[in-house]
Amino acid sequence: MAYVEISLSGLELDNPIIPASGTFGFGYEFADFYDINILGSIALKGTTAQARYGNPLPRIAECTQGLINSVGLQNPGVDRVIAEELPKLKKVFGKKAIANVSGFSVEEYASTARKLDDEEQIGILEINVSCPNVHDGGMSFGTDPKCVYEVTNAVKAVCKKPVYMKLTPNVTDIKAIARACEDGGADGISLINTLLGMRIDLKTRRPVIANKAGGFSGRAILPVALRMVYDVYETVKLPIIGMGGISSAEDVIEMMLAGATAVEIGAENLVNPYACRDIINDLPKVMEKYGINSLKDIIGGAHR
Amino acid sequence: MQRICDFTVSSNMQIAKRVFQMKLVGDTSAIVNAGEFVNVRIDGLFLRRPISVCDVDGDELTLIYKTVGKGTDAMSELKSGATLNLLTGLGNGYGLSLAGERPLLVGGGVGVPPLYLLAKRLGGKCKVVLGFNSADEVFYEEEFAKLGADVTVVTVDGSYGKKGFVTDAVDGDITHWYACGPYAMLRALAKKLEGVGGSVSIEERMGCGFGACMGCSIITKNGVKRVCKEGPVFDAEEVIWHM
Repeated sequence: MAYVEISLSGLELDNPIIPASGTFGFGYEFADFYDINILGSIALKGTTAQARYGNPLPRIAECTQGLINSVGLQNPGVDRVIAEELPKLKKVFGKKAIANVSGFSVEEYASTARKLDDEEQIGILEINVSCPNVHDGGMSFGTDPKCVYEVTNAVKAVCKKPVYMKLTPNVTDIKAIARACEDGGADGISLINTLLGMRIDLKTRRPVIANKAGGFSGRAILPVALRMVYDVYETVKLPIIGMGGISSAEDVIEMMLAGATAVEIGAENLVNPYACRDIINDLPKVMEKYGINSLKDIIGGAHR
Repeated sequence: MQRICDFTVSSNMQIAKRVFQMKLVGDTSAIVNAGEFVNVRIDGLFLRRPISVCDVDGDELTLIYKTVGKGTDAMSELKSGATLNLLTGLGNGYGLSLAGERPLLVGGGVGVPPLYLLAKRLGGKCKVVLGFNSADEVFYEEEFAKLGADVTVVTVDGSYGKKGFVTDAVDGDITHWYACGPYAMLRALAKKLEGVGGSVSIEERMGCGFGACMGCSIITKNGVKRVCKEGPVFDAEEVIWHM
């Protein structure tokens, strides 16, 4: 018997598989493909205080084993997320979801997180201090340990639910950022967000993405994500949601061995809407192949 | 309702300059409206490639595509018998009920294909204007004629049909117009046929093709819409046309 259940800051998940923010909308679009109640949880689309259209088009570029996006946090704003999107999700998903929050000031992070914290459907708050596609927000917070500490502290002060800080890999020292999260009172850490990248069109000789650069994700980034999760696991005592390039049950196990308690699946959902379902179905037989009885036993198993 | 399934290529041949017609056999049940698209998975490439549905007949699907990069180049090299994984049933498609007595269909270049299924669904009772740059790019004139449609072909250089742009070949004596083609063509049509109801199919770079990633969202007069989900067909009046 393969035990795939895990516990994340007191939240009991049927399995560690969570679609990553920005690749799964507010969840209900995927209910057309399969019963999304099989998922461990869902990390919802990044939400800001005000509605945002995002960046100019084109904002998608193909890469080898991945893509660059510069969507730029398109969302209807927190009030409409609560009034319209969460009820739509509730109809098709009976479990707790993970709200993903972005902001442009410490106060805005706190006020948006606080509104979502009040929602019964939300089990964890994931605070995105790592968006590469928004100027003067997101990633600029996530690259400075002092700012990460301040955002963590401010959100923790007003929220009752577990707060996970979602980190950018675009830093020199991920350990310093992770320590700032722990010092600020975070309950956990999510990583990695996308890597800054660029493609240039040979015909036009201009960057493909209208914003020039964007966030690179997809299978290609798995080794980068594994290394960073490994480093953060060694540095702090917080549970980790590991993500970046996961596309198979084997990848999930590798990420958990690196130190993740749960995982998020991102870019893979965009090319295979059944990716999370397929991984959940494959997990027991892959666990059996590697002699794993319970996924809880392998978290951080590579640190010996 | 979207569906993912494997299709088998039954034929794949060049029908004009850099334009190929691929016929595939598989489960077409999710394809409902003319103007929908499918998202094609290609070995070795990460993102799927969105291609409009040209025709569907029982379990046979026809796609027409132009080779414009790695994805479509790879498609053009597939032989019959090859398997392709398709995400089907994507996009809203054209509204048939808007057609009225005298509908006009306008296609530019590789924007022509989705209009074929539309003309078929209209029982051939439509005027069709097909625009191309030159004679070597012309395709499907006969196929539209066989449906009973009144077809006019224009080429920019005059090497085939009438010389000029599609806008030179359309007039206002119509009940509704449907178009697919380059942005500049759609914009010119929207200006010339202002006041007459029109449906335009918009092309954008997509990530997923089914509404999850927000990669293809445009701002319309009715708010932000995803080209892949609320589109690709939009009311010409709601599109904010950029120069």
